[in-house]
Amino acid sequence: MIAPTAPDQPDRTPHHTRPLVLSLSGITKRFGNLVANDVISLDVHAGEIVALLGENGAGKTTLMSILFGHYVADEGTVHIADAGGRLAPLPGGSAEAALAAGIGMVHQHFTLAENLTGFENIVLGTVPLWRLGFGKAAARAKVARLMKESGLEADLGVPVGRLSVGEQQRIEILKALYRDVRVLILDEPTAVLTPQEADSLATTVKALAAKGLAVIFISHKLHEVLALCERVAVLRGGAKVADRPAAGADRATLAELMVGREIPARERMPAALGAPVLHLAGVDVGAPGERDRLEGADLELRGGEIIGIAGVSGNGQGALAALVAGLKAPRRGRCEIIGQVATRADPGARLAAGVGRIPEDRHRDGTIGALTVAENYVLETLADPENQRHGLLRRAAIRTRASQAIRDYDIRCPGPEAPIRALSGGNMQKVVLARVLERAPRLILAHQPTRGLDIGATTDVHRRLLAARGRGAGILLISEDLDELFALSDRIAVMHAGHLSPAMDVAGLDMRTVGLMMAGHSAEEAA
Amino acid sequence: MWAALEILTQANFWAATLRIATPLIFGVLGALLCERAGVLNLGIEGIFVAGAMSGWLAVYLGLPLWGGVLVAALVGALFGLLHGVLTVPLGLSQHVTGIGVTLLATSIAYFGYRVAFPNVATPPRIEAFPPLDLPILRDVPFLGPILGQQTAFTVLAFACVIVLALVLARTPLGLALRAVGDNPEAVEAQGLSVVGLRLGAVMAGSALMALGGAFLTLSAFNAFYFGMINGRGWVCIALTVFASWRPGKALLGALLFGALDAYQLRLQTITGGAVPSQIFLMLPYLFSIAALVLVARRADYPRALMKPYFKGQR
Repeated sequence: MIAPTAPDQPDRTPHHTRPLVLSLSGITKRFGNLVANDVISLDVHAGEIVALLGENGAGKTTLMSILFGHYVADEGTVHIADAGGRLAPLPGGSAEAALAAGIGMVHQHFTLAENLTGFENIVLGTVPLWRLGFGKAAARAKVARLMKESGLEADLGVPVGRLSVGEQQRIEILKALYRDVRVLILDEPTAVLTPQEADSLATTVKALAAKGLAVIFISHKLHEVLALCERVAVLRGGAKVADRPAAGADRATLAELMVGREIPARERMPAALGAPVLHLAGVDVGAPGERDRLEGADLELRGGEIIGIAGVSGNGQGALAALVAGLKAPRRGRCEIIGQVATRADPGARLAAGVGRIPEDRHRDGTIGALTVAENYVLETLADPENQRHGLLRRAAIRTRASQAIRDYDIRCPGPEAPIRALSGGNMQKVVLARVLERAPRLILAHQPTRGLDIGATTDVHRRLLAARGRGAGILLISEDLDELFALSDRIAVMHAGHLSPAMDVAGLDMRTVGLMMAGHSAEEAA
Repeated sequence: MWAALEILTQANFWAATLRIATPLIFGVLGALLCERAGVLNLGIEGIFVAGAMSGWLAVYLGLPLWGGVLVAALVGALFGLLHGVLTVPLGLSQHVTGIGVTLLATSIAYFGYRVAFPNVATPPRIEAFPPLDLPILRDVPFLGPILGQQTAFTVLAFACVIVLALVLARTPLGLALRAVGDNPEAVEAQGLSVVGLRLGAVMAGSALMALGGAFLTLSAFNAFYFGMINGRGWVCIALTVFASWRPGKALLGALLFGALDAYQLRLQTITGGAVPSQIFLMLPYLFSIAALVLVARRADYPRALMKPYFKGQR
């Protein structure tokens, strides 16, 4: 039994007549001087899908962590309905209590043990540790029933590390359902899915809600929120600034509620095409057995255009990025970068030729956490006379220029001498962006440039990339976010299993076609 | 040449193989239990010494032999608790802490021995575990003489292999242990205690390591000597990788190492000093290195091994 209502009688009454399952009232949480949650109240009813919107740092994570027992609220209470439908206070600070009370959460980063099978992950923690056996038969029967009822399908017999992201997510949801949740929290569930997978997830969530499950849906993708949710709650700066029905809301209003100011529209002005900056003809990168490889890639990118590379990560995007950045050499074929034929792995030569790199993982490859903002800012130009003289760093000059960049790019940080690891993801990315754009590169490799950033920071990155395009730079934009690709790109190529499709003009291109191609269909099949 | 092969037909050789392998079996099981839960325990070498010393001392002071085994296990668990508290809730570097535990445990064992026996020239002896006297098996040709040289302690080692294999593969506890070494967040999200599981695994694993040490003083020999562990703990760490963190393969690896060691000892007598004995002594270790080179490159390490976990942080 998933919910207090009988599964065969879907509850279609408006939410205010449906029973309340979760009630947060006056939740306040402070970290030092920072008020992460400021008197937030939120009611969720059975069968309701509520969207929780907010920028990074708006307090969504803190609120959910309180609900989940990771943090204890300074003020306020959480009430949750028991099996009989009566509201009872939830003791704070205990994940076990939250689980027992029927709160389930599917995190953006899955909490699956990859060496265990799907079945083992689902039953983990549901049987007392000191028992000798599992009661496997009963558990399997229950999982099979849940799979049938919810339409969630996944191979439960192999280690989950071998499954696709979509399958792993379905196992995460089954894991929650197995514990008879009454409230299911989905944190950015579609961030890693293809459009088809996202559609099937939406169908599942609607079916579960129809059976009385209350769903809290956290997402940045506003069109999904509007299509799926009945009610939208918006957090900003730790406080709830809106709680309204989804009907009648539009993307622009919601985005403005989240950011607190008007969002400048990003406009792709026509730009004059320049000389080719990247030319690939039959290029292989990586050994044939490798997962992240490139096979027979053909591509021409010219100055003044953005080519988007769509695809689920790990299908060869890493190899393509490494090739352009000079971290890997082409194994076969001809690769020309800004007029030079690239035969060896030579990152320094690429920089010198005018390639700007925005790496996929800004923490691992984009910045060095222990160094200061100023030091990170000049990392790629240390040899320039303006940064060093006789082998000694010109610290004062570097500091001045970094301060200038901090002002120009609106980087929120304590100053140029602050260690960069103290910055938020969005501000860190601005440092990387400033470093890249300062050199007026002719070819920009933007690998997932807005992953994990909120709307404000994302718009900023987009604006600056479009401006660089306007100045004549050619941009290779590798992204999993189709909205982003369609908003920025002039042409889009799809990557699947190491193969790169021809770049297709974005005008007249359908997002669903791209989605099918991401899943391995050819352009003809997908069209 | 023929003589070198003939060694393999001697019951004595196989008996020695089992005897040499037994402490390694305990050690590898202990190390793999800790590592399966995500904690590297380099305290193993010192815990071997402490187990050897404490088990032996307990029997010398009048406890029955199995009482000595229990004391050794408790002492091992205690050092495990120390290593666990430093590396799990406090999240200190597992390498550095482990080496520290080895130095501490070794020194305490030697110090304890010196305090207990300030003025002895030859190490005092105890009545060690007697060889097994098995009613029917002793009359089986070849097998009888091999088993007849073993003690109940070796039987315990084999039992531990079976128990640990079953616990890891078949029980809810084993499931949680395997999960906590792969992704502690998964365990936390399911309402289980990461700290509790890891601490428990390190303590139990360290108790097993101490039994490996105790076997040497209570069964293989009947006295405690300085330097008697002689790197056996380190060998176990390497064999754990060789075993891919599986109890069955751990048994195989320990037996293989034991066989090589027993073989080289007999080879020395055959060659009669024509080849320096040190060359032969190196053989088992060369095998370890070669095996690691072949296996470790493809090794499937527990994903969370050596990564401290702090609640509410990802």
